Amino acid sequence: MLVIRKLLQDYSALLGLVIIAFAVGVAILAPYLAPHPLDAFQSHLAVRLRPPSAEFPFGTDNLGRDVFSRVILGTRGSLEVAVLVVIPAMLLGVPLGLIGGYYEGWMAGFIMRITDVFLAVPQLVLALVLAQLMSPSLESAMIALALTYWPFFTRTVFSETRRLKTLLFVDALRCIGVSSWRIMFLHILPNTASPIIVRATVGMGFTILTAAVLGFLGMGATPPAPDWGLAISESRHYLPQAWWFATFPGLAILAVVLGFNLLGDGVRDVIDPRLRRSR
Amino acid sequence: MVLPTLFGLLVLTFLFTHVFPSDPSAALAGDNATPAQIQEIRRQYGFDRPVYTQFLIYVRQIARGNLGTSIYTQRPVSEDIAHRLPATLELTFVALLIAAGIGIPLGVISGFAYNTWADYLLRVLSVGGLAIASFWLAIMFQLLFSMQLGWLPLRGRLDIGSALPPSLTGFYLLDSLFSGHFGIFWDALKHIVLPAITLAIAALATILRFTRSGVLETLQKDFVTYEIAAGYRRRAIVWKYVLRNSIISAVTQVGLLFSSMIAGAVAVEAIFDWPGIGSYAVGAILGSDYNAMMAVTLIVGVTYAFVNIAVDVLHALIDPRLLEHR
Repeated sequence: MLVIRKLLQDYSALLGLVIIAFAVGVAILAPYLAPHPLDAFQSHLAVRLRPPSAEFPFGTDNLGRDVFSRVILGTRGSLEVAVLVVIPAMLLGVPLGLIGGYYEGWMAGFIMRITDVFLAVPQLVLALVLAQLMSPSLESAMIALALTYWPFFTRTVFSETRRLKTLLFVDALRCIGVSSWRIMFLHILPNTASPIIVRATVGMGFTILTAAVLGFLGMGATPPAPDWGLAISESRHYLPQAWWFATFPGLAILAVVLGFNLLGDGVRDVIDPRLRRSR
Repeated sequence: MVLPTLFGLLVLTFLFTHVFPSDPSAALAGDNATPAQIQEIRRQYGFDRPVYTQFLIYVRQIARGNLGTSIYTQRPVSEDIAHRLPATLELTFVALLIAAGIGIPLGVISGFAYNTWADYLLRVLSVGGLAIASFWLAIMFQLLFSMQLGWLPLRGRLDIGSALPPSLTGFYLLDSLFSGHFGIFWDALKHIVLPAITLAIAALATILRFTRSGVLETLQKDFVTYEIAAGYRRRAIVWKYVLRNSIISAVTQVGLLFSSMIAGAVAVEAIFDWPGIGSYAVGAILGSDYNAMMAVTLIVGVTYAFVNIAVDVLHALIDPRLLEHR
């Protein structure tokens, strides 16, 4: 509770929280909020490439679809990707980091070397390669992103576990005969919660950005899905005339990612007072 | 540390090319290959032999510098990459120069102006810089500066049909300057501005943040209090003592920055038609050009490993205390 109260006192974290809450609200209510909900699929060639007006606040795209509606409808997809990538990556990466950090020996070394290999290649490049090997689709993109994001959790948890396992409470637990797995998952894991939460929050923003690049390059969502990255990609053929077509989906990405980053920074400051000083 | 990573990269790229595809020879040969070509590849790569033999053949080929032939360009991948690498390096260096040249001073200002309007403004900019999609920013820059205002060229490294500078370093900016072709220099400079700034934004934001927190941390150190008390000139304290202690954390980020810059270059090069590794990677991946795909992955990974060694060395140069401890 203290954490939440402190978070609410931090303006930038609060702003982040408001943006995320707003985006989640928009995602859930999208079909009701969008003035032209059917524009996810329907095209109206008679009104193609209209500039922003009262009827179409963000203008219309190359198929006469309302850009405003499609930006709203695209929110759900973006947030879904973020959650469906970061949660599996966390479930995979966190236990590996615990094991790698807690144990000594070949297995821990092996896990960390694999982590290093994955971290040596930029996530975007690796994700593109994996997505292409699995044949491009939104599902492939998400699997590829999850398979390339877990090392970030492993790294984070690894260094925390290394630090925690030398502390007295772990020695005490060992002395009274608590099993290693119990120590790792019931005693060390809760203590690594804060860096994991920060990593997950920032990771959601990062994933939305990377997923947008995949969509932009045609390796993610497929038409006619109202995907932001895909929309920007399609808009390139209609520039400079239809500036609105490219501008607004990009602003939507900016806003949501900004929300996650602000929230992540805020959470980090609140739960790690040592860093707050030097903020 | 580097050797296991290199080995791991070899295993990873080997798995991608040799084990995962259902028919790797057909995959490597491309869609338009004749059965004879596929057979030739099967023999050359040893796909009819046990997996560990295949791996040894793979490693031997790479050790000889043979990364296979690109299906797309029909040339050895190593040649393609050697041909395109300078373009990416030039772009990345210029972007890093912009990022550090602007990011470090702004970070220092932000740290010293802690909790003033200037600090708030810079913090908003740095958070925003990390949240912006570089491919979108690239398009917005093109839209504004190339299409609407017509100030800067839309794409490429030089105007179409213009003469290339004599090849010394492969960096058009340096080559044209050294050989006295100032017209080409001006042209190359105009072409590199937009892609370099786009690529620099995220790195700039990162450098700004780390410099700022470094400054804030250093300012609390006793030696700064002492220097102020001893009446050192403020400028000397800031630029000589505080800065040097503060940019350590920013420098250690360069390894990570490199990774994010390569990722950024993939999108930025594709949009500005910059003939570098990034656009090559996009073409290779979208076209299922396996050899090219794997070579790019391998080279990026290897470079990253060496950049990290360089960062450690640089770290020791800035912070001699590290050497004393050893």
